[in-house]
Amino acid sequence: MKSLEELMAIRDKMQDKVAVRHASDDIRVVVGMATCGIAAGARPVLNAFVEGVANEGLAERVTVTQTGCIGICQYEPIVEVYEKDKEKVTYVKMTAEKAKEVIERHLKGGKPITEYTIGKVIS
Amino acid sequence: MEEFSLYVLDITMNSVRAGADKIEIKLEEQGDTLTFTVTDNGCGMSPETVKKLSDPFFTTRKTRSVGLGVPFLKMLAEQTEGSLTIESKEEATHPDDHGTKLTAVFGYHHIDFIPLGNMIDTVMTLIQGYPDIDFTYDHITPRGTVHLSCEELRAVLGEDISLASYEVLEWIRGYLTEGYEEIDQK
Repeated sequence: MKSLEELMAIRDKMQDKVAVRHASDDIRVVVGMATCGIAAGARPVLNAFVEGVANEGLAERVTVTQTGCIGICQYEPIVEVYEKDKEKVTYVKMTAEKAKEVIERHLKGGKPITEYTIGKVIS
Repeated sequence: MEEFSLYVLDITMNSVRAGADKIEIKLEEQGDTLTFTVTDNGCGMSPETVKKLSDPFFTTRKTRSVGLGVPFLKMLAEQTEGSLTIESKEEATHPDDHGTKLTAVFGYHHIDFIPLGNMIDTVMTLIQGYPDIDFTYDHITPRGTVHLSCEELRAVLGEDISLASYEVLEWIRGYLTEGYEEIDQK
């Protein structure tokens, strides 16, 4: 059974890292989690980002957060990527699989996946 | 929405947006019914607002003019011969004791009820997004209870470690998974 002792061990291990964690978040991944997003499948997309960012060792510079309805519900699940000094990238009709690709090619590789962005999907 | 856990996520987000810092989520299975309650200490609503809540064309949001969260839940409750009630005290009139309690009752074994789905993902999503809120989660079944309290976790972790840290989230996933396995074995 998962015990509180185990949680204490996590605490002790993490306490040293706390200072570093606040130091930088260069990239912010924002997932729309209003009714429209949730109904369209945003929860697995969010989980894929949370898991992927941690497992790929990106947690020091990428934060994953949630937001409400962005106003273009028909394109949910919507994910916005904010990066310092760069234009915001808006991904639409996301899935957990696409999220994994975005982590690999955009967050790690630095190249947004144009075919999943709003400009491409609408036009 | 295809699974009940998504309704729970969606409805609980209303409490988050009401500015609550304490939110209790309770699922209680008893006989043929499932009772879902969310109790928060958020800003509350006026009686007029509560009355309008099940109207899909009512919302306070500015980004779109249709609000579907509560109407969806009400529809699911009513089609399984259950009910939905909302009690609320608005901050303006109840400065010391404000908040909202939503109670939805479902016919758990009714043919129109939907699968419960992944409650663990719903709880994790809430904590990941809002690690500073004290969520309490209780799923009470005749076979046992799955319980999680963010306040209790925070007492162990201290102030500096966010509940949204991946290591902590993974611990929570493991803890809830084991809790569910235990009651499923009975």
